[in-house]
Amino acid sequence: MTLALTACGGSAEGDDSSGGGAEGEDVTLSVTTFNEFGYEDLFEEYEELNDNITIEHNKIDTAENARDSLRNSLGAGQGASDIEPIEVDWLAEFQQYPDRFEDLTDPELEDRWLDWKNEDAVLEDGRLIGYGTDSGPQAVCYRADLFEEAGLPTDREEVAEFLGDSWEDYFAAGREFVAESDSAWYSGSDNIWQGMINQVEVPYQNEEGEIIADTNTEVKDLYDQLLEASVEDELSAGLAQWSGDWSDAFQREETFATMMCPGWMLGIIEGNAAEVEGWDIANTFPGGGGNWGGSYLTVPSQGENIEEAKELAAWLTAPEQQLKAFDVVGAFPSTTEALESDELLSATNEFFNDAPTGEILAERAEAVETQPLKGTEYLTINVAIQDAINRVDVDGIDDPDASWEKFVNDMEALR
Amino acid sequence: MSAPAAHAPVTTARSGGSAPEPRTGRRKPKVSFRHRASTWDRRYSPYLYISPFFLLFAVVGLFPLIYTGWVATHDWDLIMGQGEFIGAENFMAVLGERAFWISLRNTLSIFILSSAPQVVAAILIAYLLDYNLRAKTFWRMGVLVPYVVTPVAVALIFSNLFGDRFGLVNSILETVGIDAIGWHSGTLPSHLAIATMVNFRWTGYNALIFLAAMQAVPRDLYEAAEIDGAGKVRQFISVTIPNLRPTIIFVIITSTIGGLQIFDEPRMFDQYGRGGTDGQWQTMTMYLYELGWTRSDFGQASAVAVLLFLLIVAIGLVNFIITRRISSSEVKR
Repeated sequence: MTLALTACGGSAEGDDSSGGGAEGEDVTLSVTTFNEFGYEDLFEEYEELNDNITIEHNKIDTAENARDSLRNSLGAGQGASDIEPIEVDWLAEFQQYPDRFEDLTDPELEDRWLDWKNEDAVLEDGRLIGYGTDSGPQAVCYRADLFEEAGLPTDREEVAEFLGDSWEDYFAAGREFVAESDSAWYSGSDNIWQGMINQVEVPYQNEEGEIIADTNTEVKDLYDQLLEASVEDELSAGLAQWSGDWSDAFQREETFATMMCPGWMLGIIEGNAAEVEGWDIANTFPGGGGNWGGSYLTVPSQGENIEEAKELAAWLTAPEQQLKAFDVVGAFPSTTEALESDELLSATNEFFNDAPTGEILAERAEAVETQPLKGTEYLTINVAIQDAINRVDVDGIDDPDASWEKFVNDMEALR
Repeated sequence: MSAPAAHAPVTTARSGGSAPEPRTGRRKPKVSFRHRASTWDRRYSPYLYISPFFLLFAVVGLFPLIYTGWVATHDWDLIMGQGEFIGAENFMAVLGERAFWISLRNTLSIFILSSAPQVVAAILIAYLLDYNLRAKTFWRMGVLVPYVVTPVAVALIFSNLFGDRFGLVNSILETVGIDAIGWHSGTLPSHLAIATMVNFRWTGYNALIFLAAMQAVPRDLYEAAEIDGAGKVRQFISVTIPNLRPTIIFVIITSTIGGLQIFDEPRMFDQYGRGGTDGQWQTMTMYLYELGWTRSDFGQASAVAVLLFLLIVAIGLVNFIITRRISSSEVKR
């Protein structure tokens, strides 16, 4: 069945490439995105620049659904868009099927991206699977109004100092805060976990792809440290990220005061907390820099207009276009040129008390030293450990040890 | 009436065709082709007329069913496709996982919590709608409205109502002085919440089916019962219910199939759609989905599908036997 479908896709590809190769032929390119890439205006601009190109935008709500749909298309051998996005957390998973994607290596584009951004998309044999779009350098967002009520500094530079730059400092600051306030320090452990785990170089799978998540003492230590702070010290508001309660909590009095903040999170906070005044952003991050999220544009080999798709993907990820997307939805650029541009560095955010978000996030991006080694099962394992954390912090149905045991079982089942 | 008549000429035609044995003296009149054709027409064309359904079913129903069984016995990746034949290994792997048994428990629990009250409520609503109400059609169509709302919308609304922290249901409970219920953390509460969504959507639909059946109950039965001095309740139990039996069997079987395949409501119950941090409300179809699409193991996913199919057949049979026994014992009386 699958073979038959693949064969169909293959022959269709053959038919069209003979016609599509001619100059100036009308070409329709389909592009899939998820969440908010901020590409709507860019598509129009590209169509104006290239008369023969029409772009079809296939917008998917969440990253997970985009991943499922790409998996299905690859499995069926047809149905993928000409350009498909891949998020960094499931990049390795798709690198298992290198022959399903076009090699995007282009000598002219070699130094376009930050090293750590580009390196992740390079396969062992040197082929490039995707062009980097946005990135997610993290800072700490905080509620200045709640800080003031608790008698703590409110100015973003003083706050950065108060928060410190290690996880111990951050949790200590939290204990100080909750002693003086009815609010919690952060929304839930899963938000903090993303900050912590993105600093571990080899978290869940080793270089050989073996699952080490449940035997890795580094992971276990972070798990214990986080849950102690969340539950025993009561720093957590016990809200699961993205849940209805979590979104609602932004509007409520006395909920939580800080949040891990990659660039794309700013828009989400603003959306959830529209009526709330006092959100600000501090130029610091516990435990050094950290990157959370960011995507790549790939060109699946099953597409019919591969050359045109490559050109469009390269154009969309160029510094100028990344800056435009940052302007529209806050997608933080991953190209060196965009990061150094005045346009980015002078960007401010009205909602966050006119904070110089461009400058702060650019500094946070520089602080990112490495991306963790994200194996083929990264997403599945990360989901399992977040479940383990939420069983304790959100649901309260397990203690940390019992919940860890279940996580170990989950890992056994995965092996 | 037409069956024996149609039978005779065909046998003649057949014997005439294969061995033209000379009968004693009188030869049977030769059967004309036209006559034969019309016989065939009468005999076989009904099957031709109903064949589109079965052909379509063979393509889109039977083939996937058998193919699922084929996939279940192979090592099968979503993207890489068929691997080698591994026999029952997928089944053993699935049966050995804790998550499978939890999903089985959840499926049965949600099924019972939704189907049982649903059928009872649907019959009662149908009974009320059977009265001579003012604006009859309005009320009758009204009960169907929830069914028209898409399950996803229903799930979104209800999962907000059942928010653990700021949900409406818990706010109301708290004002009455009852402790907030962890709709997403507890196992039974989550099943109750999901069953509520299912019942909201399906009760009206089933009520309309029951209503249609009730209207076919001869009115003189009620008149006779009334003359015998039976009250409304007695009439309901002794006249309405026995006459509804075939319909009840139908509704129970269809809701068994639907109930055991439940997917939309539990998947939309929280933001991740995985059935809770501890699989509190992960149903078998959700487990199947996770194996197939998240873990990319189509072999194991198909094994779950086959097991689910067998479970539905088993429970369907049990339902059928019980309901038949009840109805036949009723007929004997």
